[in-house]
Amino acid sequence: MIYLLLAPALIFFAVFFLLPMGQLFLLGGSGELGWLAYTEVLTNANYLQSMLATLLVALVTTVCTLIISAIAGVFLQRNQFLGRSMLTSLLTLPLAFPGVVVGFMIIMLAGRQGLIGQLTQELGAGKLVFAYSMFGLFLGYLYFSIPRTIVTVMAAAEKMDTRLEEAARSLGASHWHVVRDVMVPALKPALISSGAICFATAVSAFGTAFTLATRINVMPMVIYTEFTMSANLAMAAALSFFLGATTWLVLAIARSAGGSTVAAAG
Amino acid sequence: MKTNRLSFSLQLLFTLCVCAFLIVPVFMSALAGLTVNHFVGLKSGLTLRWIVEVWNGYGDTIFRSIGISLACLAVTLVLGIPAAYVLAQRSNRITRAFEELLMLPIAVPGLATALALVSVYGSVGDFRGTSTFILVGHVLFTLPFMVRAVLAVMLALDLKTLEEGAASLGANFLQRFVHVILPNCRNGIVAGALMVLTLSMGEFNLTWLLHTPYTKTLPVGLADAYASMRLEVGSAYTLIFFAMTVPLLAATQALAKPRPRKFVDDQPTDAGLAIAK
Repeated sequence: MIYLLLAPALIFFAVFFLLPMGQLFLLGGSGELGWLAYTEVLTNANYLQSMLATLLVALVTTVCTLIISAIAGVFLQRNQFLGRSMLTSLLTLPLAFPGVVVGFMIIMLAGRQGLIGQLTQELGAGKLVFAYSMFGLFLGYLYFSIPRTIVTVMAAAEKMDTRLEEAARSLGASHWHVVRDVMVPALKPALISSGAICFATAVSAFGTAFTLATRINVMPMVIYTEFTMSANLAMAAALSFFLGATTWLVLAIARSAGGSTVAAAG
Repeated sequence: MKTNRLSFSLQLLFTLCVCAFLIVPVFMSALAGLTVNHFVGLKSGLTLRWIVEVWNGYGDTIFRSIGISLACLAVTLVLGIPAAYVLAQRSNRITRAFEELLMLPIAVPGLATALALVSVYGSVGDFRGTSTFILVGHVLFTLPFMVRAVLAVMLALDLKTLEEGAASLGANFLQRFVHVILPNCRNGIVAGALMVLTLSMGEFNLTWLLHTPYTKTLPVGLADAYASMRLEVGSAYTLIFFAMTVPLLAATQALAKPRPRKFVDDQPTDAGLAIAK
């Protein structure tokens, strides 16, 4: 009887998610190419290139985010100093910024009227503008992912047993050895789960790329272009199904490796 | 000791650089939204002109976003709390499958969910042209966060003892649920509610494909302003968005901080931080 309480949520899901997703799957096979649309991602050079670019930028983002956030997060958790809680609040402030706003922040920093461009111009090195490129997108994803990863790392660092590090040091381990063999393994579950979220977000997010430039050749932009410009609904459906399967797989692998993964993509 | 001091300074410097990367653009944007001429800088004087321009041009998006996020909160409360209760009471194949299902809209890119919704309901009557169409997408995306937040608190409570106590005093299920379960889950519900409001207010991936020219939300308006208006207007608009969401976020963070224990086992849960998990 208690399962009746699940019914409202379940009915909502069946009507507005499962049914539409099924329809989307059928739609993907209804175009000129038929079901071959689903393999088109791997056989069409343009799609394959975008897919690889998407995966590459997501991978680089994930690695950089984890390194930066691990250093900053452990530092903030371990040390007491004046302004520490202020610094922590500032670092987590962008936590709820949606992708579009993050894109705008990157434009503020490195766009045509951005800070970096103004500085380099005053230094006589010409106007340096890199917001509207793959590198700008990378910075945007970094901006998006660092706050939430720092929060996770700080929570994990709080539970770390510092006696293990002392023991390792007293046994003669160097600073680097302690980091590699004691601290990183202790943080591993947190790093896996936030890394997976970071990767999945960078693969599927749309707002940042949309704000920066429609020319950036990543998968969500390709899907959007197929849908709006070419009105190729079947191809857009097949590509989004492919992309969805990719992100779901990454999150599932991470979850089976022991991380909790609830992402908040904007 | 000397190397420790050096190590501390280097790490502090590094963290400050990361902080600058995140915060400097926010201040620049806020400043640009309030100065007469962004190029000249503060010297050109402060103005509310851009804010007024946003208000006149995009005021409706602000109210629509507030309306949709409140409606989204109402729906996720009604759907989410009973679901969380079942998940807290039973742990078997059915509930695990349900949890997995619930997480799907987060794992699947918003574009895909939006395309799917458009392909089925895009031509059903006037549905496509109403804000309810956007609301449906927002509920799909935010429901897992509500369920997670409430579930985390429910699992930390001793539901069984609480319910048995109430039942032995003659309370029926509805009475137990309203007078015992819900008050005890207050923290989780508040954390989930703040999360839902924040996420709904900022949702763009789904909304961009779901909206029509008559149902623009705040983030859709932002994207529009970034693409077609002056930098100052985009900045002023962003400032308005910050003014609406940063208080919600601050409340979430305050709630996530550990507090002294109360009568009922009220351990700090990760509910408030679910956004990061």
